[in-house]
Amino acid sequence: MTFSPELEAKFARLVTHYPPGRERAALIPMLLFAQDEVGAITPEVVQEISRRLKVSPLEIEEVVSYYSMLHKEPRGRYHFQVCTNISCMLLGGAELFEYLKEKLGIDNHGVTPDGLFSLEEVECIGACSWAPALQVNYDYHHWVTRERLDRLIEDLRKVS
Amino acid sequence: MLYNEPHPLEVRVLTRRFGLPNSQSIDTYLATDGYVGFRKALEMPPERIIEEVKISNLRGRGGAGFPAGLKWSFVPRESPKPKYVVVNADEGEPGTCKDRVLMENDPHQLLEGMLIAARAVGAETGYIYIRGEYRYIIEILDRAIEEAYARGYLGRNILGTGMNFDVYTHTGAGSYECGEESALLESLEGKRGQPRIRPPFPAVSGAFGCPTVLNNVETFCAVPAILRDGGAAFAALGTPRNGGTRLFALSGHVNRPGVYELPMGFNLLRMIEEVGGGIRGGRKLKAVIPGGTSCPILKAEECDVAMDFDSVAKAGSMLGSGGVIVMDETTDMVKVAVRVMRFYQHESCGWCVPCREGTIWLRKILERLDAGRGQPSDIDLVAEISRNMLGRTFCPLGDAAAMPTISYVQKFREEFEARLPKKVAVETPLVVV
Repeated sequence: MTFSPELEAKFARLVTHYPPGRERAALIPMLLFAQDEVGAITPEVVQEISRRLKVSPLEIEEVVSYYSMLHKEPRGRYHFQVCTNISCMLLGGAELFEYLKEKLGIDNHGVTPDGLFSLEEVECIGACSWAPALQVNYDYHHWVTRERLDRLIEDLRKVS
Repeated sequence: MLYNEPHPLEVRVLTRRFGLPNSQSIDTYLATDGYVGFRKALEMPPERIIEEVKISNLRGRGGAGFPAGLKWSFVPRESPKPKYVVVNADEGEPGTCKDRVLMENDPHQLLEGMLIAARAVGAETGYIYIRGEYRYIIEILDRAIEEAYARGYLGRNILGTGMNFDVYTHTGAGSYECGEESALLESLEGKRGQPRIRPPFPAVSGAFGCPTVLNNVETFCAVPAILRDGGAAFAALGTPRNGGTRLFALSGHVNRPGVYELPMGFNLLRMIEEVGGGIRGGRKLKAVIPGGTSCPILKAEECDVAMDFDSVAKAGSMLGSGGVIVMDETTDMVKVAVRVMRFYQHESCGWCVPCREGTIWLRKILERLDAGRGQPSDIDLVAEISRNMLGRTFCPLGDAAAMPTISYVQKFREEFEARLPKKVAVETPLVVV
């Protein structure tokens, strides 16, 4: 399979960042960047990266299963990652997660039928002093309230 | 951008450029003493650079508090192998969000710290291992790296001195364990983030089996000021053996949560009252986790403590990563204990049995206590399982799960007891003849 020209260029640069013979070091960034483009770590992605880095598909599966950001199933176009760890929990993060479950009608790791939204309870995302916080894809949202969540979801529905 | 207002009590050394227009750009950096420390380092023999860092009493800001100069001195300069500088930007300790603002607001300060370290140990390549969630920061760092190449601060023959140094960002993909230095190196090499058996330590055998300087973002960010103003000046900002300032991430039930740069040894109660604006809603302080969730909790009456590594250790906890989590009187300590254990159970890599099994059992027992289905013996069982994990794992994650848990059940035992089911009177069976 082929990736977009931008991603191909990124991969070409990436493998030069590591010592000769150590190209496997590029594996985790490649998986994550490929996932960003394809939407999931599909069997095709595994095969392709296996071929390029000369790492067996089994070894790649080992890595994929370890890292929480790597996933084999597609997610919603907007993936809500709600932090419920301690600093966020103290300020209502867990309640926000419950609220989102109800509002989107999906459970943890669920995807809405239209494929627009998905939901995940995540561990500390490094926004503790501006809690409660969540990420939609890679974008941070701080000091989240139910009202702000309502608005955010409405806005995201409008742009799609 | 800044997410919280600075506070007048702050001593801004690492955060001095925060809030300046275009604080991320090399022009702003150069206009405000940027790369001055590195230029000084270029004229010093490597041993002198390390000596200056030793004099500064800079201790590792990731959590362990190991003296940075000493760590650098362990790298065998004479080794024929290439040497590496690796930045731990895998900030994941719950309660900690300081490295993020350091990289976001002043990326060149981190690059300068790496350059000085590279000069000190003879490294020609550096990696910034950064957690995958911080994608926008990777973009900021990549732009800063590009600028540094364009201006001759990175690449071949840096500033005409013959020094070579390349820097690359490297994304993680979601794993707390990769913040542990040897697991980070495994992950950097494209593997699962499982820790390595030590010795050898990374200074001798780190990235790709080569000598490696590996420090936290904040540790590297302190180095330019140390070279610029001298190690003694940096040391004088803090307390004996605890040099400089540190970024504290204040979170939880305070009026003004935020990341603040304060001198080492700043009193914790004063931090909560004056910098944090006190407890919100006028409520009373109940407890504080002083350095991220791996640290034992301090009850309110234990919080009159100087925030440096030695004083917090004397108070029975750890300064850790500087994540100060403040809890008011309404906080349910059983829920806190459950949430913290759920985290460690999720993040345990599963390699060492005491950690893998211990965190699973602790989570289950704590959850049943929380649900009111516990048995009276469960409270002691939690402490006993935790004590059995201590010191029995290859990396500190097992200890990080066990130590705070012991503190919760010891210091707030009555809350766990109150959750036990009330004794149900046994009914006499109705005997029907």
